[in-house]
Amino acid sequence: MLSFAFMRHAYIAGTMIAIISGIIGVYVIGRNMSFLSHMLSEIGFSGASFGIFMSWPPLNGMLLFTIVSSVLIGQLSSKSSRREASISAISSLFLGSGILFLSLANKNASDATSILFGSMIGISQGEVNQILWLSLAVLVIIFLVYRDLRFDSFDHVGAQVKGVNTQLISIVFLVILALSVSVAAQIVGSLLIFVLLTLPAASAKYFTRTVSGMMVFAIGAALLGVWLGLYLGYVTNWPVSFFIAMIECVIYFTALIWNRVRN
Amino acid sequence: MSEPVLAIKNLTVSFPDHLVLNDLSLQLNQGDFLSVVGQNGVGKTTLIRVILRQLAPQHGKIKYHPEFKRMKIGYVPQFRNIDEEYPLSIRDFVGLNLHDSRLPWLSKKERQKLDKIIKQTNLETIQNTPLGDASGGEKQKAYLAQALINDPDLLILDESTASLDNVRKFELLDLVKEFNEHQGVTVLFITHDIELAKDYAHEYLLMRHGNYQSGPIAQFKESDLEEAEHA
Ligand SMILES: Nc1ncnc2c1ncn2[C@@H]1O[C@H](COP(=O)(O)OP(=O)(O)OP(=O)(O)O)[C@@H](O)[C@H]1O
Ligand SMILES: [Mg+2]
Repeated sequence: MLSFAFMRHAYIAGTMIAIISGIIGVYVIGRNMSFLSHMLSEIGFSGASFGIFMSWPPLNGMLLFTIVSSVLIGQLSSKSSRREASISAISSLFLGSGILFLSLANKNASDATSILFGSMIGISQGEVNQILWLSLAVLVIIFLVYRDLRFDSFDHVGAQVKGVNTQLISIVFLVILALSVSVAAQIVGSLLIFVLLTLPAASAKYFTRTVSGMMVFAIGAALLGVWLGLYLGYVTNWPVSFFIAMIECVIYFTALIWNRVRN
Repeated sequence: MSEPVLAIKNLTVSFPDHLVLNDLSLQLNQGDFLSVVGQNGVGKTTLIRVILRQLAPQHGKIKYHPEFKRMKIGYVPQFRNIDEEYPLSIRDFVGLNLHDSRLPWLSKKERQKLDKIIKQTNLETIQNTPLGDASGGEKQKAYLAQALINDPDLLILDESTASLDNVRKFELLDLVKEFNEHQGVTVLFITHDIELAKDYAHEYLLMRHGNYQSGPIAQFKESDLEEAEHA
């Protein structure tokens, strides 16, 4: 299987994506931002369509849209109730324009499906490199702000007391979230970002009680899904995203049941 | 140490719509245990925010003790958003405030600090319990431990006993008293519970809208508080 270049590319990219998704996912859970990461993936869809319309690589369009919008979101008022309503409005706007860009680009439906649901098969060496660099950038940024980001994500009030610049941390986090969403979409598609970014970390919190423990678990769960999903996709010719979604859901529901039984 | 830990002179704070603190002066010496009492909305939390430098006053000065280059303040805030879904263990929560290093993992020295504070606050047996599952008293103890982990010079408690039953209240304040007496931590304790203040504090500051009264707790008269409430 690994003698095919496209499968090697898929495994390398998938491994990186699983690692950053597992780490970022823990912060998404801590900051209660599942909703927002959902919106970023819709914005990502729109950006990818825009990229196709402009004849760019879709990933570049995605990066442009998600990063710009994450910075804008950071400027929005922090009244969380207003935030959720405005987030839904913005999502619809982006989904709508994504459809428009696709139809203007006059491409066939397979472009749309690969943006929405991912396509493992078409990843070139150049794209693999870009994914590696972006993932590396995410890891370096996290390493630099690790303690403050951890404090702010899991105890916002305490972090403010300590004097952490929570405003800055919040914007930095939104930007690395935007990067991660764009990168993860390359493998599972923008509709299924949730599967890698939220489910592994959400499962992790039922098994372990430390930030580092949750990261290790979430990375493990994401890796299992990606590796096994790619293999099963190769063997059956069914969509890889389907298998990854199934595996992560099985892990999540097992975690829920385990939690029930234990209590 | 003859100099006060903290000297506040003629402090005035107003928000766009109204004046909150008006010409407040206050001195805290090392080892003091000051209880701050007063009605809701009189500006107790605002005073703390000024001390923590989160808020700049319109007038007045705060002088911190010169020996503390950067005075370390431990603060247990009045409100905290920890719900029952909160995932971290008590131990990991307390350790969030460690910042001797910036690396993702804790250094040996940091782990020792964590062990020590967990032990001193009697959290050893429940340190691996998720904070979300902990009782109100256990939560307050965890907040206290997090505030104390860096050996602060000044500890500020903002109504930390408000939701606790009679047994837990004393348990928490007994701990605070230990740190006050044995480690010389100066304590500023905001409360509505006069009996508790009398049991533990040495000094008091009574805040009323626009005027303030302070002195040794033994001289505190309940009638002053009633006056404040009827004013
Ligand atoms: N950021 C702010 N902007 C405008 N007004 C404020 C702000 N913060 C506090 N206030 C007002 O200042 C007054 C004092 O508030 P503060 O929180 O200090 O009261 P408190 O004495 O701590 O009350 P409580 O016992 O209820 O905790 C209140 O009337 C409050 O509405
Ligand atoms: Mg208050």
